[in-house]
Amino acid sequence: MLYFLGIFQTIGVHTLLGLSAYVLLLTGQLSLGQVGFFAIGAYVSGILTVLFSWHIFAALAVGALVAGFFAFLIGFPALRVKGLMLVVATIAFSEIVRLFFFNLSWRVEVNGFDVGPDSTQGFREIRYFAANGWEQTHVVALIWSFVILVMFLLWWLDRVRAGAVLRAVGEDDLAAQSSGVNLTMVKVAAMTAGGVIAGIGGGLFAHSTTYVDHHTFTILLATFAVSYPILGGHKNVFGTLLAVIFIQGFVIEGLRFMGDYRNIVFGLLIIFAMNLRPQGLVDGHFISDIKKKLGGKPKKDSADA
Amino acid sequence: MLRLSNLSKYFGGVRAVDALELNVKTGEIFGLIGPNGSGKSTTVNLVCGIFGPTSGSIELDGVDLKRQAPHQRIDAGVSRTFQNIRLFDDLTVWQNLWVAWRDAPGQEHSWFSNWFGRSLSRRHEIQKLLEFSGLGDKSNNLAGNLAFGEQRRLELARAMASKPKLILLDEPAAGMSSAEVTDLRQRILTMKEMGITVLLIEHVMELVMNVSDRIGVLNFGTLIAEGLPEEIQHNPLVQKAYFGSSENTSGGDTNAIDQ
Repeated sequence: MLYFLGIFQTIGVHTLLGLSAYVLLLTGQLSLGQVGFFAIGAYVSGILTVLFSWHIFAALAVGALVAGFFAFLIGFPALRVKGLMLVVATIAFSEIVRLFFFNLSWRVEVNGFDVGPDSTQGFREIRYFAANGWEQTHVVALIWSFVILVMFLLWWLDRVRAGAVLRAVGEDDLAAQSSGVNLTMVKVAAMTAGGVIAGIGGGLFAHSTTYVDHHTFTILLATFAVSYPILGGHKNVFGTLLAVIFIQGFVIEGLRFMGDYRNIVFGLLIIFAMNLRPQGLVDGHFISDIKKKLGGKPKKDSADA
Repeated sequence: MLRLSNLSKYFGGVRAVDALELNVKTGEIFGLIGPNGSGKSTTVNLVCGIFGPTSGSIELDGVDLKRQAPHQRIDAGVSRTFQNIRLFDDLTVWQNLWVAWRDAPGQEHSWFSNWFGRSLSRRHEIQKLLEFSGLGDKSNNLAGNLAFGEQRRLELARAMASKPKLILLDEPAAGMSSAEVTDLRQRILTMKEMGITVLLIEHVMELVMNVSDRIGVLNFGTLIAEGLPEEIQHNPLVQKAYFGSSENTSGGDTNAIDQ
């Protein structure tokens, strides 16, 4: 039972991470920076509950806001780069965040124990849930409440004008701009929203696993984050959830006997998906877009003739 | 209405638009013609803010547009269509207009309901614009699945959705059959009746000669002639620019910039 609860926990956290990348994909921005915001959410909320004994909800909120704030700041320079260059720039951001936490040592004595991030040793003993009598079922319920809330908000977004504007920007930002859309506002807002969602996911991740270190927040996790909405299709939020269930539930857990070779399966899966279901598991033309962005000829990037 | 004075845009050493003086009067249909690479599309992109000018000024009803971002120019009352159709293919027909929609003065939605409202009242108005554009029964189709002529009409409707004072049409008749051109001509005249000023860039002479109140001719980024359609037709300078002479072979290099 505990094993399955653990998988539920992982799927929930990864869905939040995938949804944070999904918001950006709507506006045509492919970001490998979500893991950076995820790490900020994890460390900030962990520091607040462990070092300052904050309540979990306050810590999650502040973690999400700090992650969102950094996403907001990253949003402006990110406007200037597109496609592959944005991928490179966001990888660089993720690495800066990872290396910052790799070097962060902030040890404080709480109730006779030294706690806090300990640079290379990682950040241990994020024990808010255990210390406050939460059972694992409660933790899973908390995580999934956030997943459902975020999915509902994104589902609702597609039914109001803001959703149509986001997708219009993703399809053709020059045409959107020429239709009166403020590109700066829309892209930075999407980046910020993605940062907040990843920050919540990171906070929940840190507290549910009780331990984080810099190894957690590598490029592999960033790749997972974008591959969920790519594999699931960007037509609607449920695609991302299905992709997480498939990858985490089947590929990662189901193929555990293969050890680290699972990651090869994951890579192959992405390649097959791009070729066999370019519209994603659920729907959409988006993969071909990404493929164009990553390799082929640029799509309508120059000013129109 | 639209006044371009001493407007220049250089791309490196290429003078795509060179000290251009142009004055479009309120309520008229102004045709802008010229050989390939003469700077027509660059002029549109300058007015819309896709490019910043190297020098000169762009005024709309006395308001300087130069410092305004492209989306702000929509609010100032300028909208456009593209030479190569640029719709939001994965959005439905009516969503294409919803994105570009601006409420009529006095009927503005609040900030929240503008962005996060379902705006069923707008849907009604959008439907009216679609019916005007002959797309009334296509409102839930994906824009990318429309036929070519329908896509042109949708782009025109999208340009009207922002309630512009001035519409820039960049070769709207490109690739159209002659029946479609006749239909387009009627639509442009209707826009004029609605009080919209039109700057029409066009190669299809059948359209531009029949619909324009005045015509300007661009060559090498400057206006070489301006006048009534019949004057332009018989202007020797214009004929020289179009049919060329040995020292006047336009197009070629500058064409790439114009694209």
